[in-house]
Amino acid sequence: MSDATTRRDGARGVEVRLEDLRRAYAATTALDGLTLTMSPGEMVALLGPSGCGKTTALRLVAGLEEADSGRVVIGGNDVTNLGANKREIGMVFQAYSLFPHMTAMNNVAFGMQLHKVGAAERRKRAGEMLELVGLSAHANKYAHQLSGGQQQRVALARALAIKPKVLLLDEPLSALDAKVRSRLRDEIRRVQLEVGTTTLFVTHDQEEALAIADRVGVMNKGRLEQLGPPTTIYSRPATPFVAEFVGLTNRLAGVVKSGEVEVRGARLPLVKPDTTDGPALALVRPEAVSVIADGDMSPGPLVGSVISTVFLGATSRVTVDLGDITVLAQMPTSNVGAITAGTRVRLSLRTDPVLVAQDDKAPTGA
Amino acid sequence: MSRTRRLKLRVFRTAVFLVLGAFFLVPIGAMFEFSTRGNGVTAPRTLDAWTAIAKVPDLLPAISVSLQLAAITAVAMLVLLLPTMVWVRLRLPGLSRIVEFICLLPLTVPAIALVVGMVPLYRWIGPNLSDSILTLSFAYLILVLPYTYRTLDAGLAAIDLKTLSEAARSLGAGWGTVMLRVVVPNMSSAILNACLLAVALVLGEFTFANLLAFENLQVAILYVGLVSAGTSIAVAVASLLFAFVLLMILSFVGRPRERVAREEPTGIPGPFGPPAVPQGL
Repeated sequence: MSDATTRRDGARGVEVRLEDLRRAYAATTALDGLTLTMSPGEMVALLGPSGCGKTTALRLVAGLEEADSGRVVIGGNDVTNLGANKREIGMVFQAYSLFPHMTAMNNVAFGMQLHKVGAAERRKRAGEMLELVGLSAHANKYAHQLSGGQQQRVALARALAIKPKVLLLDEPLSALDAKVRSRLRDEIRRVQLEVGTTTLFVTHDQEEALAIADRVGVMNKGRLEQLGPPTTIYSRPATPFVAEFVGLTNRLAGVVKSGEVEVRGARLPLVKPDTTDGPALALVRPEAVSVIADGDMSPGPLVGSVISTVFLGATSRVTVDLGDITVLAQMPTSNVGAITAGTRVRLSLRTDPVLVAQDDKAPTGA
Repeated sequence: MSRTRRLKLRVFRTAVFLVLGAFFLVPIGAMFEFSTRGNGVTAPRTLDAWTAIAKVPDLLPAISVSLQLAAITAVAMLVLLLPTMVWVRLRLPGLSRIVEFICLLPLTVPAIALVVGMVPLYRWIGPNLSDSILTLSFAYLILVLPYTYRTLDAGLAAIDLKTLSEAARSLGAGWGTVMLRVVVPNMSSAILNACLLAVALVLGEFTFANLLAFENLQVAILYVGLVSAGTSIAVAVASLLFAFVLLMILSFVGRPRERVAREEPTGIPGPFGPPAVPQGL
């Protein structure tokens, strides 16, 4: 994650507050009391599965939809009842949104023209914005002459050219291939840090959210389950949903007792030490599981056979059958060595604090 | 593609072009031939029927009102239909089937039935509003709805209207700006095609005008025919050529020109934009 403090001097972000926003479509509640405050210049990513309400939240901030109740406050001004064209926001859409009849330069200049910026200033700033996104050489091209990644960069330049109070990014990378996605993701963060605009980024891709946001908000069924820095979201999930949605999780049956959970003979500390004693499912990250292929392999609760190993580059994922459940372990590829399918192994659980689910009836395992 | 196959394709295209050309041109040629016959079997060719066109007193006013009707109908159609269709697509998609049904309805009703239904309306419009022939544009608006709706609908379907309009709104555009600077330029071909259809339909319309007792170009041609068959045919040929030339002019003038960048601060030559894609027709 980049550090927000690297933002250049003179950043012009404003505080954005969403207060108890609610929105329903017929019988479906899309947004159920979303409250969120974004600091000036901060980038917050809303992460969640399809239908969790993250795009609805973004569209309510943009003014493209009306909230049933609640308030949107941008820079201290209540804009809840303002139209989208009066909110001074910049937005990049999931679908390619460049105006097909205009060149990249004219697309970028379009918003400034509506904001009565003079022709000379307009041209100058549009040129600067295209330079900012590295597309000066493509200023006179039309959308159909640009690649998907280039189109989204022009859309970003266009959104920033009007000096918006808030930048809204609605899954802008989802239509791009993996390599372009990763590059553009970093570029969006670089540009956002450079201009210092408060940014709300909506995505269903956890890697994307964790990689570029100052804080990540995980949403589920119209509610914000957890809001925090990416490291906290990953290592200290507040709810079982967050634990399972962000990253992979092993669900291991255990018993909570005296602020710890005993799982297959191992005692692990709890994220929430005040959890009630009793049976529970411990949510253990694959990287907290070590695979040992030598030493004592006599039968035990954490001894089993490798089903498969998956090469992921720097790390590999090992699936181990413990007889009653399968467990995922993630380890550096250099440590995998001779661990192949069929190898007898012993697992060791790192004593990181874990979250437990106590009322979950779902089957255990990875 | 092999050379033989290319040759066959070219022969086929030429044959289709010639057959269709003959289909359209032979009747017009026959009309022209008839309009230049002299009196008597052995009489030499004459342009008397053509020179008589200028002397027919009611013809020029009829041409003028037909053109005015065409212009009014085309403009009214655009003003009524385009914003409605855009609004329905963006805000009331549930109504799209109903709007489509209403717009296509005139296609299923015979012109004579439509006119009969409109007679009481025009009996009221005449004394109470205006007895001008230009009031016919109300009726013509209904007449052209099915054809222009289909054309505009195809044009709207060809663009991502929701995203483009939302992008423009987020940049500060009001709905008027969205329509004029984003929607219209991106479906100019469809709009032009809809206008061409409206103009062609109005210029060739006879039933409504005749039964509602107005004299447009087609009705005037009928009256000329009662006096002189040759002149009537000459006027018909002239009106066909006139409509053809008018549509050609509209087509060439209105087509989006090659898109060349207007702002080139970087000094990079602006490449040409995409070719205009015909929509709807």
